[in-house]
Parts: sequence; C-alpha cells; structure tokens
Amino acid sequence: MMVADVIFYLFATVTVLSALGVVGARNPVHSVLFLVLAFFSTAGLFVLMGAEFLAAILVMVYMGAVAILFLFVVMMLDVDFSMLRRESVRYLPMGFVVGAVMLAELGLMMAHHPGEGLHLGLDNTDNTLAIGQALYTRFLYPFEVASLILLVALIGAVALTHRERKRVHRQDISTQLARTKEDAVELRKVASGEGA
Amino acid sequence: MSLNHYLVLGAILFTIGIFGIFLNRRNVIIIMMSIELILLAVNINFVAFSRFMGNVDGQIITFFVMTVAAAEAAIGLAILVAFFRNRATIDVEEIDSMKG
Repeated sequence: MMVADVIFYLFATVTVLSALGVVGARNPVHSVLFLVLAFFSTAGLFVLMGAEFLAAILVMVYMGAVAILFLFVVMMLDVDFSMLRRESVRYLPMGFVVGAVMLAELGLMMAHHPGEGLHLGLDNTDNTLAIGQALYTRFLYPFEVASLILLVALIGAVALTHRERKRVHRQDISTQLARTKEDAVELRKVASGEGA
Repeated sequence: MSLNHYLVLGAILFTIGIFGIFLNRRNVIIIMMSIELILLAVNINFVAFSRFMGNVDGQIITFFVMTVAAAEAAIGLAILVAFFRNRATIDVEEIDSMKG
C-alpha cells in the first residue's frame, strides 16, 4: 500500500463519517461543524487529485463563508429543534429504501464502468495556471454569468432580509437637496435691545 | 489509486445526502446541509474524472457548481430567515400556504 492510498482512505473515511454526522447529529450546531469537517477532508482529497486551486476555494469559500452562514442562521434563529426531530422515525424506512436503491443503482453503474484501468499518474502541470487559462478563454462567458449569479444572490439576500425600522431617523438626501434658502431661512428685523 | 475509488466515495456521499433529506424531513437547515453534501459528492466525481482524463474542464464545472451552491445557500438562508420572522417556525410541513 502506497502513502497516497493511506492518505486517500484516511480522508475518505473522515469524509463519510462526518457526512453521517451532518445528517445524524441531534444538535444542528454539531451538524454544521461536521459539515465543515466534511468539506475540509474533501479539500484534502482534492489536493490528492492535484486540484489544489479547488481545494483552496473549498476551504475559503465553503468553510469560510457558506458553513459560517449556516452557523449564523442556526445560532441566530431561536428554533425548537427537538420539535423538528419529533416523528422523524416515521420517515426512516422510506429513507433507507431510497438510499439503498440509489446506492445499488450507483454500484451497478460502477460495476460496468471502464474506469478501473485509469490510474493516477504523476502530475507536474500547474493546476491554477491550467484553470486560469481555460476559465478566461473558453469559459469566459460562463464565468461572467457566474459573477452575475453571485451579484443577484447578494442583492436578493439583502432584499429578502431587509426590514424597515420605525422610529429611526434616516438621512433623506433628496429632501435635503430640495431645500431652498426661501423655505429654510427667515430674515427678521429685530429692534436693538429688544431681542429675546 | 484508481478512478473507481473516488466514484465509490462520491456515491456513498450522495446516498448519505439523500438519506439525510428523508431523515430530517422537517428541519430546513439540515435539508440544505444535505443538499450541500450532494453537491460535494458531485464535485468529487467531476474532479476525479477531470484528473483521470487529463482534462481541466471538469474542474471548471466544479468551480461553477460551487458558485451556484454559494448563491443557493445565501438565498435559501435569507428566505429561511424571512420565513422564521413571519411564522416563528422552520418546519417544512408548515410551509404549505401555496398548497404545493
């Protein structure tokens, strides 16, 4: 057994166990932390496959942003999670049936797959360079669409969660600019010695 | 290390994700995390095929999958927060006002 095999089995085992933790943990905060562990060990597998750039993206974007977003929502919403757990046993047989069928189908597909002959060779190419060259030439338009999707998600998330607060003084710039000297300043003649 | 190792791992992760949706039928947050697991399984398959076929295109697709998944998580959680503000619950079975 080579070193790469040992590393693969280590990361694969951690990934599967933490995925089971995600779906099985009683406390949703633990679920999120298991999700972070699953992402991290998958990033290790990506490095093993020579996809260092995607591994870095996975750690930064997924663990640093998406998982933390989940963590914020889980901890900020005051949800009674034990209520949601109630009756979950009712769905267990259905889940097992669907899961078993799915796994059997994937297994059947893989049994007839010619992938056994493909083996990992030595990879000397610069992964980030190769991705950049493909992304900014052949995939330029999909790349621009991806940035638009992110913009829509950004604005959409703000628009969905934004709420107007009452009794808060806000700066209204158009009202400020519409003020003229005539309705803002009043000149009065005050006799000397009589001003209040 | 052959391609099939990675494909089996992807299949197991995918199945765990599907199973998690059934196991946590009422909790939207866990369902969304299960969807993230499913996308992770898909990403593993894409990267494995990209690596073993010597073509970088699979990694580009993974890049786009991650983009869409991040957008989906942000929008989904925003909808969840808005829903929780109105109804004070995140039970999936309460979300039925559209009679779907």
